[in-house]
Amino acid sequence: MAMSREEVFGRVKGVLVEALGVDDDEVTESATLTNDLGAESIDFLDIVFRLEKDFGIKIPRGELFPTDLLSNPEYVENGRMTPRGLEKLQEAMPHADLSAFAKDPDVSKMQDHFTVGTIVNYVQSKLAA
Amino acid sequence: MRWIWIDAFTEFESGKRARAIKNVTLAEDHLHDHFPGYPVLPPSLMIEGMAQTAGILVGEARSFQEKVILAKVRQARIDEYCVPGDQVTYEAVVDSLEEAAATIQGTVYRNGRQIGSISLMFSHVDRAARELDLPEHNFVFHDQFMSLLRLYRISARHE
Repeated sequence: MAMSREEVFGRVKGVLVEALGVDDDEVTESATLTNDLGAESIDFLDIVFRLEKDFGIKIPRGELFPTDLLSNPEYVENGRMTPRGLEKLQEAMPHADLSAFAKDPDVSKMQDHFTVGTIVNYVQSKLAA
Repeated sequence: MRWIWIDAFTEFESGKRARAIKNVTLAEDHLHDHFPGYPVLPPSLMIEGMAQTAGILVGEARSFQEKVILAKVRQARIDEYCVPGDQVTYEAVVDSLEEAAATIQGTVYRNGRQIGSISLMFSHVDRAARELDLPEHNFVFHDQFMSLLRLYRISARHE
């Protein structure tokens, strides 16, 4: 039987509590990984490892968080994502709500828009596939 | 001071698991400061001992061609102090091993009895962090280090 969003969120929360050493109540769907939960770059890979193990899914590197697009000169000008780049990014990240990022597409701030809800969306899409 | 926190490997299964021992002795200067009158092996050095056991396990899996660095202590718990005369055993089991990184699950024993667990994540820096301005040569598994491995007799097959 498919897992409900609440169930997925509960398990994602468990993963984040262990990976980031944060408290249960800090992990809300709208919390951002870097700003609110203090994740550093190496933590993203740790989270991917833990999600794979916990949910028994395979997460191709760069799928949950496509960093290659953010450093691709074809899509980035003066540190900002071009409209074409934004389109590509949204295509690559159907699990993320990029509307706020689109207003100020400074690539160095991209991580600020990556929330717990983004991970829940992603895991749900993988479980449904 | 030589930064070597394991004395010998007792078991080694390439790419899978390794066990190394560390004998705690009063000849180690630092024990006289940690703590004065109450010498105990600092748990931080037990994490280092596990990192050396596991780092060699991960490095050997790719024939020491990667620059394997400790990226994250995912979890560490040591429930008992180890004192001079004790033998500490570090057992590292590979959890995942891939292009950019590896994770291991470690168990710590004091005189054969389990006293803790340590989970570590390693990064292969060439692949994971090209943007960092790191030296070309392998600064992790350098000549001096390979000499040490010969002492451990596990690098023989790569010579």
